[in-house]
Amino acid sequence: MEERFVIPRRFRNTSLIFISIGVLAFLAGLFGLHGDVGVKRFWSVLVFDSLFFLYISAASLFLYCAASLAQASWHIAYKRVIEAIMVNIPVFAIIAFIVLMAVLIGHKYFIYPWTDPQVLAHDTIVAGKTPFLNVKLFVIFTVIIMLGWSLLSLKLRQISLQEDRAERGVRRFLWKTIFFSAVFIAFYAVTISVSSWHWLMSIAARWYSTMYGWYVFAGSFISLMAIISLFVIAIKNSGQLSLVNKEHLHDLGKFIFAFSIFWTYIWFAQYFLLWYGNIPLESQYFRPQLWGHYRFWFLLDLVINFAVPFLLLMTRDAKRNYTTVTIIALIVFFGHWLDFYLMVMPTVLPTQGVVGWYEIGITLGFVGLMIGLVSRALSRAPLYPVNHPYLKEAIIHKSDWG
Amino acid sequence: MAIKQYVVASFRDEDQLLPAVKKVRMQGYKLYDVFTPFPVHGLDAAMGLRQTALHTAGFIYGALGTATALLGMSWIFVVSWPLDIGGKPHFPLPSFIPITFELTVLFSAVGTTLTFCWLNQIMPGVKKHIFHPRQSDDRFVMAIEITPKTQVEEVKQFLLNNGAEEVQVQTAEEGWWYGLFSKREKYDDINPQWSVQ
Repeated sequence: MEERFVIPRRFRNTSLIFISIGVLAFLAGLFGLHGDVGVKRFWSVLVFDSLFFLYISAASLFLYCAASLAQASWHIAYKRVIEAIMVNIPVFAIIAFIVLMAVLIGHKYFIYPWTDPQVLAHDTIVAGKTPFLNVKLFVIFTVIIMLGWSLLSLKLRQISLQEDRAERGVRRFLWKTIFFSAVFIAFYAVTISVSSWHWLMSIAARWYSTMYGWYVFAGSFISLMAIISLFVIAIKNSGQLSLVNKEHLHDLGKFIFAFSIFWTYIWFAQYFLLWYGNIPLESQYFRPQLWGHYRFWFLLDLVINFAVPFLLLMTRDAKRNYTTVTIIALIVFFGHWLDFYLMVMPTVLPTQGVVGWYEIGITLGFVGLMIGLVSRALSRAPLYPVNHPYLKEAIIHKSDWG
Repeated sequence: MAIKQYVVASFRDEDQLLPAVKKVRMQGYKLYDVFTPFPVHGLDAAMGLRQTALHTAGFIYGALGTATALLGMSWIFVVSWPLDIGGKPHFPLPSFIPITFELTVLFSAVGTTLTFCWLNQIMPGVKKHIFHPRQSDDRFVMAIEITPKTQVEEVKQFLLNNGAEEVQVQTAEEGWWYGLFSKREKYDDINPQWSVQ
């Protein structure tokens, strides 16, 4: 039972190759992207990519806490994978923090127009938001949010590892996990909204949407589900995690299916009201996407995030098929990356944005970092939470009795 | 519907029922149905029931709802009576989406529920033969159809050996029909032991 994760050669190689692609793309972008468009592209891609991966790690902690609070057992067999993703919060938080601070200190007004004194002097709408949108509050909130997420993820991981070393049958750790999970859920409920307003929504400083926090949460949660499925299948392919079977895969497939519908619901609720109201201040946000330069990506975003998982993952057999789930998870992950792209790019570069070598390169760098960090975290602990009281229940788990 | 004969066995516990169902199928007897007071996990696998087609039916009803809503609204607002509503185009797809969604859910839910009732032969005013008066209370009842090849005494003995509490042969009409359980039916004369006096 005491099974250790051996990092497969493929994981290590993919991770190293992707990280080097990312570093190369970063260096090439740093020295090669000139002019107004180049600089805007350089910074906005760094901002949305670092935030995308930070939000995914935070969603992993949310999943861990929600499942612990519900005293669920379905995820225990691959709990270490969820843990391995959530302990990366500090790393991605540091990267995102450096990027955001560089944007503020470097006076990149095209990312956060509300930091520009000239905009504040002329634009009464943006100036009216200064009680919330000001650099001081932004930095304070960013520090509190990133610190809170990081510390709670490390605390929960620590409890989980203590349980492994303790005697079997000790229930103290279960209750401790539940306590800190409750703390995190309450903290996350507020911070997911506040952070998304500050970090992403304020890029379009004149515009606002009341659905934005939910929208970011839904997008990051479904990307997380795709990533967990991909990791579980990849680890199974390397001959480990053999106690995870189709029953567990079925659960992950159901989550991808259900949350792609949830995301579409949120997306549509946001779009629909702005479309119906048709107030220039609100609808200008969607103009470059619906009728402008980003029309193709905008429509592709809807198709691959709603139609593809909805139609292809609908049947029971599709959710229990490793190949189908892998393909859908890859498509959905790309789709939500594209969704984060569309949160930032059409506002910063209304007519010139591309999905080119730089965007792909930086993203591959983050993906490589994710693979490397998750493999490292997995190899640090037994692959199964050996002393968890629900482990047996999780192994004999059946997702349905059909 | 055809009138058939059945060997009916009742069990005290699902722990005795489940192995008995498996053995009956291995023995090659024709299992008609099993009645339990509550859902028994793994029973459908033991009975060898195939996957239900209810999902497919639900999907088709949903697609019908989508088509009805979209085609209906398009015809009304584009062809039959174009109206200028708030300066929107005559085919404003986003404003059709909520109604399309609602009709999809409505068609799918109602259609699936009715199909479920039809597949399980339950509906207000529908009557079925009840093999054992306690099959919905605290007994687990298994009915084996008697074919011309069936050795009735052998089946009876086999069931008794495998934990059955009581075994009897019943004659009953197959399937379901309209009628009320308070009314006495003709075939009660065939099975006097369960007839309502």
